[in-house]
Amino acid sequence: MAKKEVDDRFKRFGTVSFTAITKANDFISYLEKGKVMGTRCKECGAIYFPPRSDCSKCLQSNMEWFEVSGTGRLLSFSELKYGPVGFEEDLPYTIALLDYGDYKVFGRISKDLPYGDLNVGMELSTEPTTLPNGQLSYVFKRP
Amino acid sequence: MEKVGVIGVGQSSFVRGYPGSIRELAFEGFKEAMEDARIQTKDIGASIIASAPEYDKQRSPAGVIAEYLGLVPQPTFYIESICSSSSMALRVAYSMIKAGLHDVIAIVGFQKMSEISSGESQERMGRGADIQWESPFGTMMPAYYAMYANAHMAEYGTGEEDLAKIRVKAATYGQINEKAVYRKPVTLEMFADPESTMSATVAKPLRVGDCCANADGSSCIIVASEEKAKALCDKPVWILGLGAASETVNMAGRDLLTGLKVAIEAGKQAYTMAGVTPKDIDVAEVHDCFTIAEMMAYENLGFAKPGEGKDLIGSKETYKEGSIPVNVDGGLLSKGHPIGATGGSQIRTIVLQLRGEAGGMQVKDPEIGLVHNIGGVGLYGNVTILGR
Repeated sequence: MAKKEVDDRFKRFGTVSFTAITKANDFISYLEKGKVMGTRCKECGAIYFPPRSDCSKCLQSNMEWFEVSGTGRLLSFSELKYGPVGFEEDLPYTIALLDYGDYKVFGRISKDLPYGDLNVGMELSTEPTTLPNGQLSYVFKRP
Repeated sequence: MEKVGVIGVGQSSFVRGYPGSIRELAFEGFKEAMEDARIQTKDIGASIIASAPEYDKQRSPAGVIAEYLGLVPQPTFYIESICSSSSMALRVAYSMIKAGLHDVIAIVGFQKMSEISSGESQERMGRGADIQWESPFGTMMPAYYAMYANAHMAEYGTGEEDLAKIRVKAATYGQINEKAVYRKPVTLEMFADPESTMSATVAKPLRVGDCCANADGSSCIIVASEEKAKALCDKPVWILGLGAASETVNMAGRDLLTGLKVAIEAGKQAYTMAGVTPKDIDVAEVHDCFTIAEMMAYENLGFAKPGEGKDLIGSKETYKEGSIPVNVDGGLLSKGHPIGATGGSQIRTIVLQLRGEAGGMQVKDPEIGLVHNIGGVGLYGNVTILGR
């Protein structure tokens, strides 16, 4: 009997992924195609980033994907000089939160954008990226 | 309405590298609380054990600890809300007593953080956030709070020195608290001195001096029904108000970055239940895991208006002699932050203050005290109001 194949695409997310299996695994395939995607509930229209497979507003599980596009406003950020185990090689790096109006996106600032140039309120875009260790992620850049 | 009282409090010294196991650590806080309450183990109807998992190897620590404390065959179980675990356990104990299930309950909080390295500890704490969508970016607690600090600075003009003043205050009292892990003074000059470890950046704008110390420690709070408390205790301290709330785990779900919504919500609940206002609070313990956390607590609890926390610390109103003394036991910053033991230690400090037994840290004649205990990055919030 053939062994059942496990869909563990999510283990490819970020420097170190702590999750392998999720119903939102298509997020990884979209990243591979160069798209950062959230989900929208087809029943009630609720918008989610990070993407969810189930709607907490109407409790239905009928989602469609939408692309994170345009720019978001930088709400806050911090540059880490120390990191958790597994992230030492990335240091220093800057985590940040962007406000897209209907949703927010948490992630990292691109290495080519100096910390000193960052200001709360500036507009940045979200771009997919492949990390040096081959993992998939996204970064915030100047549009 | 039937009240619930605190009849005994205890804590171990908060230390680096406790030379014993978790059950032995838990025994220290428990023994002190039992001697304080002057009761016997048979008087305790149930125990609640509180800590954050994955710092030591023991699964289901409640059974092991209850046995070591001599609390078998009474019921025991585990409560976890990361750094606010023991305040959450107090909330559960309160409800069990009010329901009439038991009339005396012991809440034992503990954490032995030194079994793992600091980097591993940051990884564990980072996984107290959203492991699916945020931890893969390399998040950790100081960095999340640093984001709040940058947002607070951008919105209100709060400065790094305003935050450093909070650490200077904490160290003022940490020096006289025999149970504190950090007993040395801290000055503003140290924050400006590149040679001082206090000035080293952890996650901008937070520096080593802005961050609390990891520690091993235990705490114990013994609570009783009104009837039992009056029978067993000369100076019971009454639980006047309890508040608790939760917030989205993912930062992307948050719409306030200059304060913690869990603290605002839990504070409102506790003030309403106690029938008091922020002006009535004579002494407070707030969750200063980072200096910015205490600054936000001033504002979220109504001790200062939003953005005016820097004026409150600037004018030293949160010192022992000020209008609202906060963390005059050294706080998490100097006393240390053994996750599961912290809430119980904060309760203990307020109980000692209200009984007039806080020694060199004693505030003048307080009648009502408040404890603000936060789990994760404002993920869980507990506010407890106590009175004589």
